[in-house]
Amino acid sequence: MNYQFQWGVLWSGQSGSWLLQGVLTTLGISALAWILAAALGILSGALRTVPWRPLRAAAVFYVEFFRNVPLLVWMFFWYFGVPPLLPRPVQDWLFNHGAEFWAGMFALGVYHGARMSEVIRSGIQSIPRTQFEASMAMGLTTFQAYRLVIVPIALRLIVPPATNESLNLLKNSSVALTISVAELTFQTRQIETYTAKAIEALTAGTLIYLVLCVSIAAVMAWVERRFRIPGLIARGG
Amino acid sequence: MSETVIEFKAVDKWFGKLHVLRAVDLAVSVGEVVVVCGPSGSGKSTLIRCVNGLEAIQGGELVVLGESITRPGVRMPALRTRVGMVFQSFNLFPHMTVLQNITLAPVRVKGLSAAEAEKTARALLERVRIPDKAAAYPANLSGGQQQRVAIARALAMQPRIMLFDEPTSALDPEMINEVLDVMTDLAKDGMTMMVVTHEMGFARRVAHRVVFMDGGSIVEEAAPEAFFAAAQSDRAREFLSKILTH
Repeated sequence: MNYQFQWGVLWSGQSGSWLLQGVLTTLGISALAWILAAALGILSGALRTVPWRPLRAAAVFYVEFFRNVPLLVWMFFWYFGVPPLLPRPVQDWLFNHGAEFWAGMFALGVYHGARMSEVIRSGIQSIPRTQFEASMAMGLTTFQAYRLVIVPIALRLIVPPATNESLNLLKNSSVALTISVAELTFQTRQIETYTAKAIEALTAGTLIYLVLCVSIAAVMAWVERRFRIPGLIARGG
Repeated sequence: MSETVIEFKAVDKWFGKLHVLRAVDLAVSVGEVVVVCGPSGSGKSTLIRCVNGLEAIQGGELVVLGESITRPGVRMPALRTRVGMVFQSFNLFPHMTVLQNITLAPVRVKGLSAAEAEKTARALLERVRIPDKAAAYPANLSGGQQQRVAIARALAMQPRIMLFDEPTSALDPEMINEVLDVMTDLAKDGMTMMVVTHEMGFARRVAHRVVFMDGGSIVEEAAPEAFFAAAQSDRAREFLSKILTH
């Protein structure tokens, strides 16, 4: 084997700051997209179960429309397709303020929101119907019953699959490099281009993703324990 | 003649093609304790679930606390604050403590302050004889204790009517009495109650009237002494012979 490993390329020159920028961008776009996905997921997941057909239909439309188109297509759609439809001043503002970041964030959030929706719905549907009846019987409105009882219980039940979905979201943020968001994968490619040291650059990227994901999983495991519903089967880990 | 607080007028209800309530007429006066009994599938649970609108009716009229609940535009949440309900399966919210279960609706629906609601809740826990369980979660209580919390939770809204849907059917025998005792106290305090139950001892001691249902109709209604001593219909006698001799 003739390959000469040069791990030094990861911190010589600009590489270190590129990697750091990449990590920050990945975390930023993922965090914002996660908030959007959680909000859309909770809203549409809950609407799937309400006793009013038009709202259910709207939620079904959202889920099926957004989860059945590849994320990459959504990235292109929000980046190349949507801005020309906006008023000129908004377009100008966007392209001066990182349009690719916002388009990527939107694509990621809306796509994962549709997937999160199904996770939330399965949580809600595992709650006995009588919990809803008990809420109504004490005078809560349907909205209050969902906000105070049904959704809080469902969220506690779905932490493990929601963790899965969150990790997927973080990893899928790498797709945003296709619309030139300078996130972690983008930066490792840049290091590779400048140094011709692919294995070092990609190893760095791989390890950073691994650390980020394991950390998120650890936080979610803490959330799961902290908000566990007493009396349910205790989970391992 | 005392005030009528619940009045069924020729009420019909279907589940799909199944005719579960057939032209039911029934009036309950203020302060009255009515026990509804009958074989399984007779429509007794459905009957009381209509009173707070958990089930919609398809025919006739149902007037609760002076409001016709079949009238379009009636605000059910407001009505439900005045009609408490206790379920067979307790239905406490598992992610909340006992105290949070009891204060939820008073704070969120009636707009009481947290401090006021807590004061009332603690007094109610005293009344249902578990003052030391305020901080416990439902999973850490026995069935009998859970059901007493459920009663306290319903009472926290200061309802004028209490509905009980087989409140002791999910309980172990030794816990049935602790729940029935609380219900008996409530009846003595003058609460208007509709109780679906198989506890015929309770019916005999506490009820003012027993309503016997079969096949979606009220077959017989009578004072408990008369009902148990000499039921008029064959169906009621057959039901009683099964339930009293097991």
